[in-house]
Amino acid sequence: MRGSCYGDVTAESQPMPVPPPVVRRMRAMSAAPPPRILAIVPAWNEQDAVGQTIKDLRDARPDLDILVIDDGSGDHTAAVAAEAGALVCQLPFNLGVGGAMRTGYRYAVRHGYDAAVQVDADGQHDPAFLGLLLDELKHADVVVGARFAGEGDYRVGLMRGLAMRLLAGTLTRLTKERLTDVTSGFRAVNRRAMGVFAVHYPAEYLGDTVESLVIAHRTGCRVVQVPVAMRPRTTGQPSQSPAKAALYLVRAVIALGLALVRPWPTQLELPPPEKS
Amino acid sequence: MTTNYILGILGSFIVLFALFEMMRRRRLREKHAVLWICVAVGLVVIALAPGLLTYLAELAHVAVPANLLFFSASVVLMLLSMQHSYEIGRLEDETRTLAEEVALLRLAVESPEPTRLEDTE
Repeated sequence: MRGSCYGDVTAESQPMPVPPPVVRRMRAMSAAPPPRILAIVPAWNEQDAVGQTIKDLRDARPDLDILVIDDGSGDHTAAVAAEAGALVCQLPFNLGVGGAMRTGYRYAVRHGYDAAVQVDADGQHDPAFLGLLLDELKHADVVVGARFAGEGDYRVGLMRGLAMRLLAGTLTRLTKERLTDVTSGFRAVNRRAMGVFAVHYPAEYLGDTVESLVIAHRTGCRVVQVPVAMRPRTTGQPSQSPAKAALYLVRAVIALGLALVRPWPTQLELPPPEKS
Repeated sequence: MTTNYILGILGSFIVLFALFEMMRRRRLREKHAVLWICVAVGLVVIALAPGLLTYLAELAHVAVPANLLFFSASVVLMLLSMQHSYEIGRLEDETRTLAEEVALLRLAVESPEPTRLEDTE
């Protein structure tokens, strides 16, 4: 069933005129072209934060293309992001982070990017660590920017902490890599993993973080982490009430359990690379 | 007894007619209709021959025949709602894919090339 509605990514990417003329000229001049990297920023009602986030990204890494996925926001997120100089892709209604990310990865694959980084719109993720994440792609397919790994200080409640440790522990055992923070949305992904995520990126609760890592592992991608410090959110508050934290734990266990028993395709669905 | 009998026949024929009419007007997809037609025909048969229900109840060792009817009705309803949950999930998946494609196409129409690359020119 899944295959029938998602499997056409490959076929559809054919007629897209992939490299813009500028890029082609640049390639012709230098023997080894610099890797093209796309920053995917999922944003939902983040008009107060997204402008600064994009500005920081552009200041820190002017070589990145920035694609903001406006996840059906009811505010001016799209306008603010476009104003700040990002490409904006507007979803017609809210799909959740998973839907936004899959859209971003499809864009990246179809436009022949070499790597993609995933950055939250609320400014939690410090673009200063992007270099570290991208460097680590030499050894892995998915690099997660992790809290609790020594860098920075980040505190969570007891229940939430328990849930996060449980998720991290299970994935560590599964992937045999040390993973301390699997719910982080700060990631770098190479071509291979991009091809997987462009086809399978779950939209369900916690699917965008935990389950997507399970999928990446199942499809043969190597998942590693790099310790990063997170900045405090500029807008909005994290949910910290005990009831919410307990609910989070329950949902995390269900989501993880399902992710582990679900059948995932073991083959990679890599679209053809751009025509030369 | 006779009132019940007439009511049962009337009710079951109304269900059968309503289903037929929905299919005729293409309101009901054929794949959903099969189960419903079985239900409607079953109802008509039982309404016409109530003895059949009593016979089946005895076969299944159900003391009150009406309970057999209730039980099978609840099983059918549960199966139907399971099928609907499945169909909704599939539709949500398809809608999601369409929404993503629409967003990408809109982006391609509105700004065919990354703006940053134009800046470098």
